[in-house]
Amino acid sequence: MSALRIGIDLGSTTTKAVVLDASGKIVATALERSEPRAGDQAQRMIAELVRKTGAEGAPVIATGYGRKLVPGASKVVTEITCHARGVFAQLGRAGLLIDMGGQDTKAILVDGTGRVADFAMNDKCAAGTGRFLEVILPRLQAPWDKLRGMYQSAPEAVQVSSTCTVFAESEVISLLANGQAVEGIVRGLHDALAERVVALAGRMLEMSKEVMLSGGVANNGAMVDALGARLGAPVTVVPEPSHVGAIGAALTPP
Amino acid sequence: MSLIRRLQYEAADRLAGPMLGRYGRLRALARRSRGKRRAGPPQLQSTRKLKELLTTHYLAGRYADGAVPVAWVTSGFPVEILRPFGFHVVYPENHAALCAVQRQGVQLAQVAEQWGVPRDTCAYARCDIGSTLAQMTPVGRIPRPDVLLACTNICQTVVYWYRTLASLLNVPLFVIDTPYQYGEPDAHAERFVARQIEEAIALCARISGVERDDGALGLVAREAKQASELWGECLAYAKRKPAPWSGFDQFIHIGPIVTLRGLPECTAYYRMLRDELSERARLGIAVVENEKHRLVWDNLPVWFELREMSQLLAREGFNIVVTTYTNGWAETAPMFDEHDPIGSAARVYSRVFINRGMGHRTALLRSLAKEWGCDGVLLHSNRSCKPYSVGQLDLASQLTRDGLRTLVLDGDHLDSRSYSKEQAEGRLSAFMESFA
Repeated sequence: MSALRIGIDLGSTTTKAVVLDASGKIVATALERSEPRAGDQAQRMIAELVRKTGAEGAPVIATGYGRKLVPGASKVVTEITCHARGVFAQLGRAGLLIDMGGQDTKAILVDGTGRVADFAMNDKCAAGTGRFLEVILPRLQAPWDKLRGMYQSAPEAVQVSSTCTVFAESEVISLLANGQAVEGIVRGLHDALAERVVALAGRMLEMSKEVMLSGGVANNGAMVDALGARLGAPVTVVPEPSHVGAIGAALTPP
Repeated sequence: MSLIRRLQYEAADRLAGPMLGRYGRLRALARRSRGKRRAGPPQLQSTRKLKELLTTHYLAGRYADGAVPVAWVTSGFPVEILRPFGFHVVYPENHAALCAVQRQGVQLAQVAEQWGVPRDTCAYARCDIGSTLAQMTPVGRIPRPDVLLACTNICQTVVYWYRTLASLLNVPLFVIDTPYQYGEPDAHAERFVARQIEEAIALCARISGVERDDGALGLVAREAKQASELWGECLAYAKRKPAPWSGFDQFIHIGPIVTLRGLPECTAYYRMLRDELSERARLGIAVVENEKHRLVWDNLPVWFELREMSQLLAREGFNIVVTTYTNGWAETAPMFDEHDPIGSAARVYSRVFINRGMGHRTALLRSLAKEWGCDGVLLHSNRSCKPYSVGQLDLASQLTRDGLRTLVLDGDHLDSRSYSKEQAEGRLSAFMESFA
């Protein structure tokens, strides 16, 4: 029996897997875009990680949208619980975790023991999620790694009033047609996103001293800046932000 | 009113309905003898009587128009005043809930939408208007009303909904307006409501051709008070740990107290249910095996998901033991006074919790959580019922500060298109995990 543990997070946009050793240290990670046959993909990703790390017989704990589809998973846990557990393992303190994923954004109030004290998620709408940026950024030909620079260099934010992914796209097209600068629009979009996230977190913001950011969108420096500016305090980006859920899964007692 | 029609109505009410109910009972027995047992918690024996009562009610309804005066009423209307005049009473809300449970509600709502009712309107209203337009119902036939009676204590939507029905059916509409009570009950507003009830009684006398009889009104008030008190006793059995029945059971067994209140068969039914629950409690029968956590439910149920949701919770040892909705019929009705049937009805119907301010609603949820020994609250944010859902985020903050775990769950009481099953089950699972 291996002392290693495997956690897999089948998200709406990407699927993440990690192998942890007995002390909780990351041994290997994997990340792929989620495929329609989620169960097969999970099985293949796990098999590759096992081959790479020698984790034969290690327990597999599954989380995320597709969590019920993982063959041979020894346990299935929701991503809310896993994110709380994952962030606590990484940072070791209480706080409000904002996880901005592909199709949903979660606000999770983590207590001083790594448990979920409260949580909120966006419902039936991809506004305020990674999907919003995925749809709109190609319109601006703004590459992911240049966003922070564009955000910071914008002399002022162009107001983007809609946070609906569909309507914001047409709004951005009109703004471009009116000759607005791309940098200003990038800034306006991120400010609108930050506003949306703050509205989601609502009352939980009052109950926490620190805001932590995870999920694929946390790799976007412009989002980190926009959220920090909106909150009036810097935001902590969790190490391995995309893998927080998978880490939390691996740490769940099988 | 024709004599033949009256005979058909009486035959359906006294013979055919109960016989059909018994036939259902026989079929259930046959299923059991063939060894087919339903999964999940044990079913209450009273459920069979419940089916018989509701079958009879809807079967008799098919023959009611032309036999007896017929009224369509809202769930918050003082129905007691109709009883002495011999009305057959139809509850469009109850009918819509029945359509929802049978998963036919959306189809009927779509008829109304195509006709022009926006999707933001309450789905009960859409289902009912659709059912009226298409003359479709899973119960065979709904009798045509002689009068429509609405009371604004549950929402303002009923006014527009019933006006639409009045124009479609070309029948009179009478609305009792119960001013919203922001703080303490308002005696002036309640006198205003009492005067309207007097007017409604005069109208019912005119339609039915039966003279007003204050003695009979008093007797009905007594009957309604008794039934509501029995309903309250039934709900209180869920205070036992573990609870002998759940909020999901209560949603099903609420039928008679809503639709048959004031009639002796309603009182008899709840006496039977109370006795069965008392026996269950005595034997220590639990509806949820290994009951670990107890929850309050706020708002109407997601009718079309009752079973799935109850099983999801029960698998993890969670039980909804009390709901603001089912408690509504035990909260104010015990104030009925047979010596002052009209004044007391004004109080009973004005003080319905959904007609009262946030202060009262917060206090109510707190006391239900405490009395029923709950450690969490599920607030169903019901897209169809805005007056019930507005304020739930504030309620949740208040209750969280009291140390209760809360979850605001998006859903709808009828329209499955406004309910995302995967999302809801994910949220419920995460909520349950947070208790660990």
